[in-house]
This record gives sequence, C-alpha cells and structure tokens, in this order.
Amino acid sequence: MSDAVHSHGHHDDHHDDHSHGSFGSYMIGFGLSVILTAIPFWLVMTGVLNDPQLTGVVIMGFAAVQMVVHMIYFLHMNTRLEGGWSFMALMLTIVLVVIVLSGSLWVMYHLNNNMMPHADMSAMQQMSEMP
Amino acid sequence: MSGTLTTTQMIFGRLTWDAFPWHEPIVVATFVAVVLGGAAMVAALTYFKLWGYLWKEWFTSVDHKKIGIMYMVLGLIMFLRGFADAIMMRLQQALAFNGSEGYLNAHHYDQVFTAHGVIMIFFVAMPFITGLMNYIVPLQIGARDVSFPFLNNFSFWMTTGGAVLVMISLFLGEFAQTGWLAYPPLSGLAYSPATGVDYYIWALQVAGVGTTLSGINLIATIVKMRAPGMSLMKMPVFTWTSLCANILIVASFPILTATLVLLSLDRYAGTAFFTNDFGGNPMMYVNLIWIWGHPEVYILILPLFGVFSEVVSTFSGKRLFGYTSMVYATCCIMVLSYLVWLHHFFTMGSGASVNSFFGITTMIISIPTGAKLFNWLFTMYRGKIRFELPMMWAVAFMLTFTIGGMTGVMLAVPPADFVLHNSLFLIAHFHNVIIGGVLFGIFAAINYWWPKAFGFRLNQFWGKVSFWCWQVGFWLAFTPLYILGFMGVTRRMRVFDDPSLHIWFIIAAVGAAIIAAGIGAMLVQFAVSIWKRDELKVEGDPWDGRTLEWATSSPPPEYNFAFTPVVYDTDTWADMKRNNYQRPLSGYQAIHMPSSTGAGVILAALATLCGFSLIWYIWWLAGLSFVGMIAVAIGHTFNYKRDFYIPADVVTRTEEERTRILAAGV
Repeated sequence: MSDAVHSHGHHDDHHDDHSHGSFGSYMIGFGLSVILTAIPFWLVMTGVLNDPQLTGVVIMGFAAVQMVVHMIYFLHMNTRLEGGWSFMALMLTIVLVVIVLSGSLWVMYHLNNNMMPHADMSAMQQMSEMP
Repeated sequence: MSGTLTTTQMIFGRLTWDAFPWHEPIVVATFVAVVLGGAAMVAALTYFKLWGYLWKEWFTSVDHKKIGIMYMVLGLIMFLRGFADAIMMRLQQALAFNGSEGYLNAHHYDQVFTAHGVIMIFFVAMPFITGLMNYIVPLQIGARDVSFPFLNNFSFWMTTGGAVLVMISLFLGEFAQTGWLAYPPLSGLAYSPATGVDYYIWALQVAGVGTTLSGINLIATIVKMRAPGMSLMKMPVFTWTSLCANILIVASFPILTATLVLLSLDRYAGTAFFTNDFGGNPMMYVNLIWIWGHPEVYILILPLFGVFSEVVSTFSGKRLFGYTSMVYATCCIMVLSYLVWLHHFFTMGSGASVNSFFGITTMIISIPTGAKLFNWLFTMYRGKIRFELPMMWAVAFMLTFTIGGMTGVMLAVPPADFVLHNSLFLIAHFHNVIIGGVLFGIFAAINYWWPKAFGFRLNQFWGKVSFWCWQVGFWLAFTPLYILGFMGVTRRMRVFDDPSLHIWFIIAAVGAAIIAAGIGAMLVQFAVSIWKRDELKVEGDPWDGRTLEWATSSPPPEYNFAFTPVVYDTDTWADMKRNNYQRPLSGYQAIHMPSSTGAGVILAALATLCGFSLIWYIWWLAGLSFVGMIAVAIGHTFNYKRDFYIPADVVTRTEEERTRILAAGV
C-alpha cells in the first residue's frame, strides 16, 4: 500500500491515554502482593487466630485487597482510563458480582434452612428419643 | 471408560452403529428427507458453481452486513426446525387422549420438548437479534464495520457450530430429555447416562463463545465507533437497546458457561457439585442457571424494544416521544434484570422473606416497561400513522405483549405462583411475551429493514396473510393453554386421562396449524418478493426513515458511508433531510477496509469437532482438534494481510452510480 493512502488509514492502534507504569510502581505492586499473600499463609500455617472461620474471613479480606492492588499497579486502572469507560465497566462488574454472590448466599442459606433435614429435624428427633 | 478398552472404543469412543435411531421410524424418515434434500442442495451448488462464490463472498467475509444476513438465515433455518418440534408436540397432545398413547414415545417426546426450547432460545432468537444488531448498529452510528471484524465472523461460525451439534443429535445418539435448562440431578450422569445432555452442554458452550465475543464486539463498536457528534444521548434507540443487551450478554453468559462447566465436571470427572450425594446441591444449579437465565430474557427483548421504537417513530412520522425516558427505562431494565432471578423458583423453598423480595423486584420491572409502552402510544398520538407491515407488527406487539406482561405480573405474586408454577399457564405466559415481543419484533424488523439490506420491499399481500395467520393462530394456540393452566394441567405432559381437557388441546393444535400457515405465507412472501424484485425496487430511503442507516444507499456499499456523517441531533437522517442535506458529489478518497479470512470458519469447525468428540468420548480426536484450534489461532496472528484499501476511483464509480439513480428519481 502506498504512503498516500496510508496517511488517512487509522493505524493508530496505540492510544496513549493509559500509563504503562514505571519500574518503581511495578515493584511497589509486587511488594504489596507478596506481603498480602504472605500474611494469609502465615495465618494458616501458624493458626494464630485459633478460629478457622475468622481466619477464612480475614483471608477473604486480604484477597479482596490483593485484587485492588493488582488492578491499580498491574492493570493500571484509574478513573480516567478510556475516557472513564473502563472505570464504569469495573463499577458495573462489581455491582453485578456483589448482586450475584450476596444474592446466591442469601437464597442458598434460606433454601438450606427450609429444605435441608438438619438442625430442626435432628432436634425434634432428639426430643422424640427423650424418655 | 473401564480399564479394558477395545480398539474400536479407542477410536470411536462410545459411537457405534446403534447410535443411529433405526427403531424410530419418524426419525429415519426425517433423516432420509434431510439426506435427499441435502444431496440435492449440494448438487445444485456444485452444478451452478456456487461453492467458490459462497466461500469467498459470504463464509469468509468479515463485512458486518453479510455476517448479519448469515445470522438471519441461520435463525430462519433453525426456526423451521424448532417449529417442527412445536407442531409435533401439539399433535401428540391433541392425539394422546382416551387411552391413546399418541404417536411419540416418551423417550422421543422428552427430546422434542427439550430441543424445542433450546433451539428457539439459543439458535433462533439469539441469531435473529445478533443478526439484526450486526447489520443495523454500525449503519446507525455511521461506522464502516464493527470494532473487530474477524472476531465477528468467528462468533457467527461458533454460533453455527452449536446449531450443527444440536442438529447432529437428531440422527446420531439422542438429545437431552431434561427440559431446556437441564436441571440436575436429572441431567447428571446417574439419570442421563447417554449422549443427550452432553450434546446440550457442548452445543451451548460452543455457541456461547460466539455469543459472548459478539457481545464484546458490539459494545466496543458502540462505545468507540460512533460518528462525530453522536453523543450517547443522540444515539438511535435501537443502538441504545443493543448496547444494554450486549452489556447483559457480556455480564451474564460467563455465568452460564461456568455453570455448564461445573455440570460437565460432574458428568465427565466424577465431581459432585450438583449431585444428590457426596455433599452436592442441585438447587445451586437452579440458582446459578437462572442468574444467567433471567438477564437472557431481557437480552432477547431489549433489542426488539429498540426495533419497535424505530418503527413506531418512523411510521408515525414523528420524533419518538420521551427519548430520554426510553433510554433510562432501558438502563433500569438492564440493572433490574439482575435482581429477579429467584422468581423462576419461588416454590423451591426459599421462604417468605426471600420470595417477597424477588416478587417485588419482579413487579418493579413492569414500571419501566410500562413507561416504554406509553412512550410508543404517545408517539402514535396525533402522528400521521402509515399502517405498513412493520407498523402492523408493532401494534400487534403492543396488544399481545401487554397481556403477556400482565400474566407475568400475576406470576410474580408468590402465592399465585405456587398455584400456577410448572403449569401450562406459565407456558402460555412466556410464549405470549416471547412470540408477542421477540418474534413479532423480529418480523417487524425484517419487514422494516429488508429494503435496506436488499434494495427492494417485501410483498405486502403475502406479508398481510402471514400477519393475520400469526395473530389468529397465536391466540387460538395459547389461550387454551392459559385455561388449561388454571385447571392445573402441568407442562411437558405426554398423555392425558381427563377427556374434558381434550377440546382445548384440539383448539391449540388448530392454532398451531394456522401459525404454520403464517410461516408458510412468510416464506412465500420472501420468494414472491425476490421473484418480483424489480417491481419492488426502492431507493435508499423507502419509509421516509429517521436514522442514519437510511442516509446511505440500499443495499449499502461495502464501505457503508463514502464520508463519515456528522451528527447534530437524534434522528440524524430526519434532521439532515429537514436541513436540505446535499450529498457530497466529489472528493472521494480511498477507504481502508478489513480483509476476508477463512480462519473463523476453520476455528469454529475445529471447535465443533472437539465438542462432538467430547460428546462421544473420542478422546484422541478431542485432544487433536483442541490442539489444532490453538495452532490455527496462533497461525492466524501471523496473517498480516488483514486490511486493504478500496481505491478512490472505485468509490467514485459507486457513488456516481448512486447519483445517477437518485437523479432518475426512482
């Protein structure tokens, strides 16, 4: 293809409105990720909290923070990227994921409570077995 | 899968001669007809030397318009298959009374109702709306193609691959007998050991890749490729509803994929996600599949709401009433559609608090939908209404859909749902909204945009015959189901004991026959219109259209617009006509376009082959085709012949030809 026609082709597939990060920012991200991974490991290996449920919740918290770190330092997310579209997409994703997860937990918890023959039934059974 | 595999099992998995249903005369007869018809078509294509033309101009094309038309053809073919299933069910239910078993055995009947649902949703409605969006959206926003033209071609062929797998199941093995959402534990290996559910899983997984990718593609197109001046609030309503539908696709189809992956792990790897034993929970499947399933309903209807908005505004000769409220209503529906999924399983036992929450959110959805309906009515109010075919379908939609919507609100009341769930009332309700909304919308769109795509109108007489057959047939076929539902008749029944129900099933069957006549009339309409295309010829803008797709010629040139239009108002084309827009007649430049490629066809064929071999446990072929897929995908990245330029003199010639036609004043 000649230069004349090339001049108005849109070959600018490299829009420079996103930053690509610096060595420093990558290292900060890496450091944070290592710390955020090491602490949960330490919690599980040593069992300091002495409560598996609490440990689980804390690990989930660290995982959530870890995700934010990855998005900021490795995916270079910010509110201005692609004219705000990326951020908007992220917000919508978060809203939907929250709806799906919390809704499923809620629904399944109630189904379990109502439909599964456990707590109440076994209590009743114990009662009937009582002399 | 036992320790000792024979050589045949190594090579063919569980595929044997017995896989072909020799003992089912209906299937054998169908097979013979298909083979003869297929052979005749292959012979004709070879005789007229059309293979090269089809391959070069259509199959490998990345032009969004050709891909859109191919989607519509796929939808039409699968529509005939899905409707054949419907007729078979209606006939069976009309016959199986007074001790008669009907003509379908349970094994066959269960496959028929499953295939009907799967085909109508995934391989009729989805290809139709994707085809419409593909064809119209880039034209409406003044773009030359979609953002990722190759991906578009690949998406189409993946969807086709899924459809091919469903069709193969007709003659090789069996299809699922589980109902269209394949609830476990019935769809688990213990209760469905044969190939049926595997066909279901892999057909949907292969097609799902196509659907998701085309969703991403169209979002990127709408966000990034609008003509200068077209801010979001100046976008045509069809583009808006397409944007929302595609966001729903991208956000919900991964849930379907993940759910089906878990089901396939249960079936293939012996996990216990959805089994009754080993701590599995089938109710989790129902929960997950409806988190996808409800948004899917809105994926289907939203683009058609857009179609009706365009049609009503055009044929009332007015700007759409309440454009802004229309946009906000669409966005509201988009978000709300994620908050209602539990209404599909009120009776599973979530209890009062959960049920009332989801009942109320469901009723809330009818508010934005009602707002839309009033907007259409107010658009018609004091408009100069022209009752052309698209407008007739739009008015029929408003009447039909409103009744379907109201029965939906009835079902949204949990206590009422406990009485009506799983009954024919539900079947009547969702056919009322899907036929009255989605299908009528597709027919409106086909009649409205056919001249755009082919340069001639559709025959009006046969269109009207089809329209009236559909209206009469629809109500005859589905009103009895409402009544039967109130009497407590459950869905998916094959044989009936109570003779007093018989008359309603006969009426429903008569209705289905009238609908069949309507479909026949539509095919005649297409044939007659193509036959008499010279008499029906139109210029670029036959309906006095309002949006940008009518600004270019009909059919549009490969590059859509010689110059990218500049937008100042919603209803851009109406605005341009009002301001005496003059078509530029010189200064054409070369236009940069994407090149055709066969990679999409090859990739999708390999994916289909991979799915097929997984269904039949032909592991070596599954591995081979998967590796082949990756190799072709990587190979395609080294294809640097991705674009070309339409030289300026070709553009000039095309545009001058149009100038001549316009001057002749056709």
